[in-house]
Amino acid sequence: MRRAVPPTLLALLMLVLWEAVVRIFGIPSFLLPGPVAIVEAFWGSRGMLLAQSVPTAGEALVGFLGAAVAGTVSGLLINRSSLAERSLYPWLVASQTLPVIAIAPVLVTWFGYGPLPKVLVVILFCFFPITVATVDGLRAIDPDLIRLMRSFGASRWRTFFMVEVPGALPFLFGGVRLAVTYSVVGAIIGEWVGSSKGLGFLMIQDKNQFEIPRLFAEIALLSLMGITLFLLVALAQRLIAPWTLKQDK
Amino acid sequence: MPVLKLATRGVSVTKGGVHILDEIDLEVEQGIFLALIGPSGAGKSTLLGLLAGLETPDEGVVEKDGSPLQRPGLVSYMPQSDLLLPWRSVLANVSLGLEATGVTKREARERATKALQRFGLEEFAKVSPAALSGGMRSRAALLRTALLERDVLLLDEPFGALDALTRRSLQSWLLDVRETLAATIVLVTHDVDEALLLADRVIVLTARPARVALDLPVDLARPRSMEVETTEEFARLKRKLLGSLGVAG
Repeated sequence: MRRAVPPTLLALLMLVLWEAVVRIFGIPSFLLPGPVAIVEAFWGSRGMLLAQSVPTAGEALVGFLGAAVAGTVSGLLINRSSLAERSLYPWLVASQTLPVIAIAPVLVTWFGYGPLPKVLVVILFCFFPITVATVDGLRAIDPDLIRLMRSFGASRWRTFFMVEVPGALPFLFGGVRLAVTYSVVGAIIGEWVGSSKGLGFLMIQDKNQFEIPRLFAEIALLSLMGITLFLLVALAQRLIAPWTLKQDK
Repeated sequence: MPVLKLATRGVSVTKGGVHILDEIDLEVEQGIFLALIGPSGAGKSTLLGLLAGLETPDEGVVEKDGSPLQRPGLVSYMPQSDLLLPWRSVLANVSLGLEATGVTKREARERATKALQRFGLEEFAKVSPAALSGGMRSRAALLRTALLERDVLLLDEPFGALDALTRRSLQSWLLDVRETLAATIVLVTHDVDEALLLADRVIVLTARPARVALDLPVDLARPRSMEVETTEEFARLKRKLLGSLGVAG
């Protein structure tokens, strides 16, 4: 907990500074609202904002889980089969040079205004770091460990579950932590491009109606969402794979 | 005629264009403790890998109980590094070999607990291997191997990474363990004293490509203690070994 003190103090200091600058220079709230105005805007529309957070969080979460499955499966394939590595990996890398933002409108054209295109955008954003983490994690397993398991006479499945999976987890969690922070970004982009609900949809509306303090409240909510997801992954890592974390001295 | 447990017949190995073993003929009688000694890089570990069924020779044949050895998992094998898994407790590491061969987790843990008690390691059962000293790690790795209760135990420089004092204490510990095991043991070492202290027979390999340079019976009385190293007979055998290794003796 003590580790949380310096960043919290820094955040408080920045907020106070921000409020002071806004007040001293009389900056109009449609340009830069102060923290107090943002909190007021949030409180005034809290019901709607929280209700609209649900679809966004749902898209981020479902997309992230989809990416976790797609990423580990493709990572496994690449690890297990050199044919898959040679044929699939270059294309996966190349796919990352395609701007997902540019694909999002296409997905909306294909799949409509429902949650599916948003989930797909999140998957496109998130699966690659998980794929790379899976490939690297499995590649980093000490070959002597595999040899040891062979000397026991262990089957490939036992070797996989007893040595390779836990051995790859430190890398895998690295990729998952990265991916989960992308998931909220993906959901918002999906909503910007075409939607009738969600925080992304509200942001576009509020921007057009100059509801700038509420726009900032939405941004704050989104970042809160990202932090929560990140902390959930960190918690999962602590529960599932405590040995991957450096012990606090 | 003593019963042969292991044998190599005209075994040669070439790896990456390097001729490592050259027509090695080796016979290991049932129940003996054999030490393999030779210059570093002489192919001792390769020979042990062949006896473990982890590698296959380019020429010749490896036999166990008179028939060709074609797969790993029939003998116990302890590699050079302890390879304890950081995500398993010491107890779960010791039971790894049993679990890898399909023994139920419960039974494997019970047997590992008994082994830890018998050899005075029970207080470490629940801790992470990261908390163990080098000597304790080697003990745990040796128990993991011995717990398989196979009739052949192959040890690849098990104490090579330890300091001199810890080595001494582990050597006498191995002498104790040996009394409770009815196994044929092959030990790879580069330590002449260790070979003479522990073994019934010492095989000296030449530098690459390895051939058998000397096959020396060690008829020092058993049970042995460290004191045997101060005897005339020990000194005589040591001179012989050092001579065949090309070290002034």
